[in-house]
Amino acid sequence: MTDWSPILGNVTDDDRVFKALADATRRFLLDRLFERDGRTLTELESDLEMTRFGVMKHLRVLEDANLVVARRSGREKLHFLNPVPIRQIHDWWIDKYTERQVSALADLKAELEKEDTA
Amino acid sequence: MTTDTEARTTTQIYRVYIKATPQAIWDAITRPEWSERYGYGGRVEYDLRPGGTYRAFASDDMKKARAEMGGSPTPDVIGDGEVVESDPPRRLVQTWRMLMTPETEAEGFTRVTYEITEGQGGVSKLTLTHELEGAPRLALFLGGGMESEGAGGGWAEVLSDLKTLLETGRSFHSA
Repeated sequence: MTDWSPILGNVTDDDRVFKALADATRRFLLDRLFERDGRTLTELESDLEMTRFGVMKHLRVLEDANLVVARRSGREKLHFLNPVPIRQIHDWWIDKYTERQVSALADLKAELEKEDTA
Repeated sequence: MTTDTEARTTTQIYRVYIKATPQAIWDAITRPEWSERYGYGGRVEYDLRPGGTYRAFASDDMKKARAEMGGSPTPDVIGDGEVVESDPPRRLVQTWRMLMTPETEAEGFTRVTYEITEGQGGVSKLTLTHELEGAPRLALFLGGGMESEGAGGGWAEVLSDLKTLLETGRSFHSA
């Protein structure tokens, strides 16, 4: 049986990431931070036709999913894109595909060697 | 003088929650027997007091991979710096310069802060802040922007791998 726990770690964390990403506004906010990190709420708000409160709520969801890290700098709160949770999911899939490649090669080797001796 | 805006747009912040004690995370960052088991897999050397030296060494795998890609030979010491503040197992501040290429070496020293806080249920929070003013090439590399050129995924890959290693005892990038 496949042991999922080592790869997924905490299932609820990944749930939060996928939920956070399942929204166009939040993906837009992440795109903006990817272009330039460390933005204030005011900067992010100016790109969206949405109330300040609405943008705050979306940022909150992104922070809870650990996709955004907020940091105080004087009177301002700056928002940084944190790619680590997405990398975790990426690594999980890479690992699965690598395993498949390796086993495919092992199968091929066995197959070819069988033909050799036949 | 750089403005406030420049400073914040050249800073990278990474955060990862790890089911491990702060001490285990601290050891994984500062001890060579741990550092060679995840991320780029090189050994580190830390003299953990203010002014103490820091050096990071190339792993054999890294040297081999670079040679296969036809790149310039990999130096033995690929990163160096100085410990600014050491408060085990909670806070480590250091300078950091990359010596992989003459270009990154010329960008000079940047500043890295590791902060580790213990949370509930045995989960600790690791936050890495890298101030990268005046080091655009290093910033690109560490942000994962050179992965397609075989330079790896930068800090996100390293920290993701660190989490996997500490939680499972194995990592993606080492046996």
